This record gives sequence, structure tokens and C-alpha cells, in this order.
Amino acid sequence: MSEQDAGQLAEAYVVMQQSPDFVDLKSRYRRFAFPMTVAFLAWYFAFVLCAVFAPEWMATPVWGNINIGIIFGLLQFVSTGIITVVYVRYASKQLDPRAMVIRAEFEQVQS
Amino acid sequence: MSVIAAVGAEDSPVINMAIFLVFVIVSLWVVTRFARRNRTQADFYVAGRTFTGRQNGMALTGDYLSAASFLGITGAIAIYGFDGFLYSIGFLVAWLVALLLVAELLRNAGSYTMGDVLAFRLRQRPVRVAAAISTLLVSLFYLLAQMVGAGSLVNLLFGVTGNLWQSATIFVVGILMIIYVIVGGMRGTTWVQIIKAVLLIAGAGLMSVWVLGKYGFSLSDMLGAATHGSPEGSNILAPMAKYGKTTITKIDFISLSIALVLGTAGLPHVLMRFYTVPSAKEARHSVSSAIGMIGLFYLFSLVLGFGAAALVGPEKILAAPGRENSAAPLLAFELGGTLLLGIIVAVAFATILAVVAGLTITASASFAHDVYANVIKKGAISAEHELKVARITAVVIGLIAIVGGILAKNQNIAFLVALAFAIAASANLPTILYSLFWRNFTTRGALWSIYGGLTLSIGLIIFSPVVSGAQTSIFPDVNFAWFPLANPGLVSIPLAFLLGWLGSVTERGANPLKFAEMEVRSLAGVGAETADVVEPAAVTDVV
Repeated sequence: MSEQDAGQLAEAYVVMQQSPDFVDLKSRYRRFAFPMTVAFLAWYFAFVLCAVFAPEWMATPVWGNINIGIIFGLLQFVSTGIITVVYVRYASKQLDPRAMVIRAEFEQVQS
Repeated sequence: MSVIAAVGAEDSPVINMAIFLVFVIVSLWVVTRFARRNRTQADFYVAGRTFTGRQNGMALTGDYLSAASFLGITGAIAIYGFDGFLYSIGFLVAWLVALLLVAELLRNAGSYTMGDVLAFRLRQRPVRVAAAISTLLVSLFYLLAQMVGAGSLVNLLFGVTGNLWQSATIFVVGILMIIYVIVGGMRGTTWVQIIKAVLLIAGAGLMSVWVLGKYGFSLSDMLGAATHGSPEGSNILAPMAKYGKTTITKIDFISLSIALVLGTAGLPHVLMRFYTVPSAKEARHSVSSAIGMIGLFYLFSLVLGFGAAALVGPEKILAAPGRENSAAPLLAFELGGTLLLGIIVAVAFATILAVVAGLTITASASFAHDVYANVIKKGAISAEHELKVARITAVVIGLIAIVGGILAKNQNIAFLVALAFAIAASANLPTILYSLFWRNFTTRGALWSIYGGLTLSIGLIIFSPVVSGAQTSIFPDVNFAWFPLANPGLVSIPLAFLLGWLGSVTERGANPLKFAEMEVRSLAGVGAETADVVEPAAVTDVV
């Protein structure tokens, strides 16, 4: 690739980065991923902090020997599963088609 | 020792050996089938990017569920109850970081290694060297833990405590791992991991159903039996049986939990697996299917841990060679006698072999690709030459792991792996996230964060009670421990993030053009590496 071509390619990336399509894709991705990351980390550390600072409460029996702590722990499994399924659906509906359009646009501009 | 006699493995080491040998022979056969398909870097390092999301999800499961998960967590739950459960939860939730923030973007931005992603918009030579050093150190730490696991298994298997047997086993594991990697490359390694994932989940599932069946499939009754078996009584169902003793141990628990949840997405052998699929979408599917299988496995480990407490009892476990790491094999013996013990020990060996092979190929790729090809030879190198260097590196790493494994003893494997997680979360994760998401990230930021994270995490471990000053330390007779926590994550991870920020804001050098390219490439997949053309026979010939 000549220097000029490389310059043009770099320019094309900047143009694409600022295009409404890409800005839309980026915001749809970030709007999901960032708050969800904050949420699952908060939920996880809520579990950890309850274990450390409220062990007696966590030991409260609910069914037989199954206590709040064990249920809280199992709910972490449930929430992880739900977030995974929801994200995979969101991404294949909201993100993949938009990424495909951008790839096609970019290739068209290049050729 | 009486426990060894109780295990009675000397009855029929022949059965145990036979089961293990079958796995070894099958896996070597699988691996040699790929020997001639390792001609290019893409072949050897990432299997030509031809695995499907589901296959890669299974391989990720096989790569991730190490001896720490199977032996270490089961043992920790059997002895400490609830506090051992934290490991499973942290190890599982951590995958959401990989799913939401890292897997897809990394797949699009890089080619073979973590260093590729950093080199994308930073000064290539210094960041590649830093990424390689970090990859090698995390991999070696992790390898050491697996070798310790192999050593403690053999004692149970043969009913001997001799150091010679232990060393011989570690040697054999090391040699097998070297063969898998240099012959099979990433394709062979991946298939070994897939087979192992199936064996491990099936084995753990069988034992869990068996244990629960003994208590009429009532989790509550099984937990009740576990409290009767434990000297801690009902305390083992509540948090803080292990970590509740002092404020320091409580803070240690928090530190551990941070390292667990942030470590996974910084583990080099996990990151490298994202390059073995053809697209970001497949990388996403790899993670989602891995989460399903890993979650299922950790549910089993909860049953196995409390089941071992109920049926074997903590005293017997702690008296066995390998101490808490032997909870799962002892439970197998309790349930199904010598035969099940043999099967489960063979599964555990398979587990260890698959993980160490994954670590070795990652470490050798990192040295050969990042340091040798791109820094020493500045990119002017043939595929043949680079792969020769990668194979030599694999041999060297294997030998170091053998020696290290023979020297280290009796630490809980889950605990050792947790330290590797702390190092990965400190040295790798901040740099990965900054380079994917932060416009103003610079080379200085990356170097400060990687070297700072490494120095802090390893340094704090050296000056912690893990290494000196306590009865359980590696050097119990001397005391140079001034850092009170056993896991450095609480301090080293936030500081590594801070250093990455500080290094970047004090340097003007962020290249907006490169960031534009990185964003467009990582999010939309423009210009991302594509899969090699698959010969259909190659994918199906071992299935």
C-alpha cells in the first residue's frame, strides 16, 4: 500500500467513525453493555458484602437447611444466565445487522 | 498413612492406569491427526479461525475448568463450606466481563495475541514486549497450580506419598503437554480441550446425581448431612467460616472476590481462544455456550463439595495426601470404589492436561509472535521460522513448569489460581479495556499499567503471608511479610487502572486516526481477520 493509499484509508476510518450509522451502532452497543456491566458488578458485590458483613442474615434458613446465602448465591447463577441470553438476543437483533451494513458501506467506498 | 490404606488404591492401580492410558492414547491420536495442518501462523496459533462458536465454547470450558475448579473448589467447599462457594460464583460471573466488554471487540481488533490489540494503536515494540512478559508470567503461575494438582492426584491414585512418584507424574504431564502443543498446535489442543470438557462435565454430573440420590434428591438433606460431618457444624452453611476470623481476613475475602470477577477477561489463554472462530458473532456464541456449561459445572461442584463433607468428612480429607485437593477423588472412592476413583482421577488428569496445553500454546505464541517475530526480527520472518521458535518456546515453558511443579507442594490449587487471576486482572485487564474504549490511552499508560500491575500484584504476594511468616507459608520459618492480605487484588487492580490513566494523561501521543480505525474495526468488524478456507473434511474428521 502506498503512503497515499494508507492516508486515504485512515481518512475513511475517521469518516466512518463519525457517520450516523456508526454512531448509532456504537451508542446501541454502549447503552446496553455499560449499564449492564455496572448492574451485574453491583449485584455481585452486594452478594460479597452481605457475606462479609451480614453472615448471620445470610445464614437465615428458608427451606430446611437451605438458607438465604445459598439462595443468593444460586441467584447469581440465574442472573448470569439471564444477562447472557438477553445480550445475545439484543446483539443479534440490534447490533449484528447494523455492523453488517457498515461493513458493506465501507467496502463499497474502498472499491 | 491410614487414609491411603482406606482409599485402597493399591488394590488395582492397574485399572486406574488403564483408564488414564486410554485417554492419553486417544488424545495423542487426535492430536497427531492435525500434525500436518500446522504450516502457517494462523494454523498453529488459532486453528485457521475455523472453529464454530459452539465448539469454541466447549474448548473454552475445557480451557477454563482447571484442576482449580474441579479439585480446588470441591475441596474448599468440603472444608470451609459457603466460603468455597464464592470461588464458583466469582469464576462464573467473571464471564460477563468477557461477554459484554471484551470477546467480540478483541476478536475483531487482533490476530493471535493480546499484544496484537495493544500494538494496534500504541508503539508496537514496547507494548508487545510488555504484553508478552505479562502473558508468560500469568501462564507460568497458572501452570504451576495445575502441576501441583497433578502431583497430589498421583498420591491418591497409587496410594503412595513418595516424592519420586509425584515428580514422575509431573514430568509425564509436562512431556504430554509439550507433545500436544508442538505436534497438534491450536487445533490439536482445542480438540483435547473439547474431549476433556465432555468428560469432566459428565463425570461431575454423574457424581452429583449419585450424591443427591443418596439423600433422596433433597439438597436440604444433603446440606444437613454435611453439617453433621463437619467439625464446624452448621457454620459451614453460612459465610465466613474461613474468612470471618478477623477484619483482615474479611478484607482478604473482598480482595479475592475482586480478583476472581475481573481476572477471567484478562487471562491470556482465554483471550487467545476468541481468535479461533471466524467472526465476532461466533466469539459471542463461544462465550454464551461456555457460560452455560461452566455454570452447570459449578452447580455440580457445589453438590460435590458439600457431598464430600457429608460422605467423606473434612478430617479424612485433610489427612489425605494432597489435603483439600483430594476431596473430589475421595468422594468418588466413597461412592463407587476403586473403579469410580480411577475414572475420576483420569478425568482430573485429562482436565489438567487440557489446561496446561492451552496455557503453553498461549505462552509460546506470545513469545514467538510478539517478542521474536515482531520485536527481535521486526516482522521479517518466515512462517516456518516463527513456528520453530514457537515450538522451542513450548518446550522451554514445559520444562520450567515441570521443575516449578516439582518444587511447589500442597497449596490449595484454587488459591494458587486465584493469585494468577489477581495478576491477570491487574496487569492485563486495565490495558485491554483502555485500548478498546479510551480515546486518549497512550503507550506510556499501557506500560505503566502492565508493569505497574505486575510489580504490584507479584510484589504484594511476595510480601504477604502466602510466602512467609505463617505456618501455611511457602517459607514458614522466615518472616518478611508486611502486606496482610493473601490476595493482592484489592490494592493492585485499582492501582493498575490508576497507573494506566496517569501514564496516559501525562503523555501527549494518542493517535486519533488509529483510534478511529480501532473503533470501526472492533465494533463493526471492518477489516477484521477472516477464517481460512475450511476443507470440510478437516472439521469433521475427528467428530
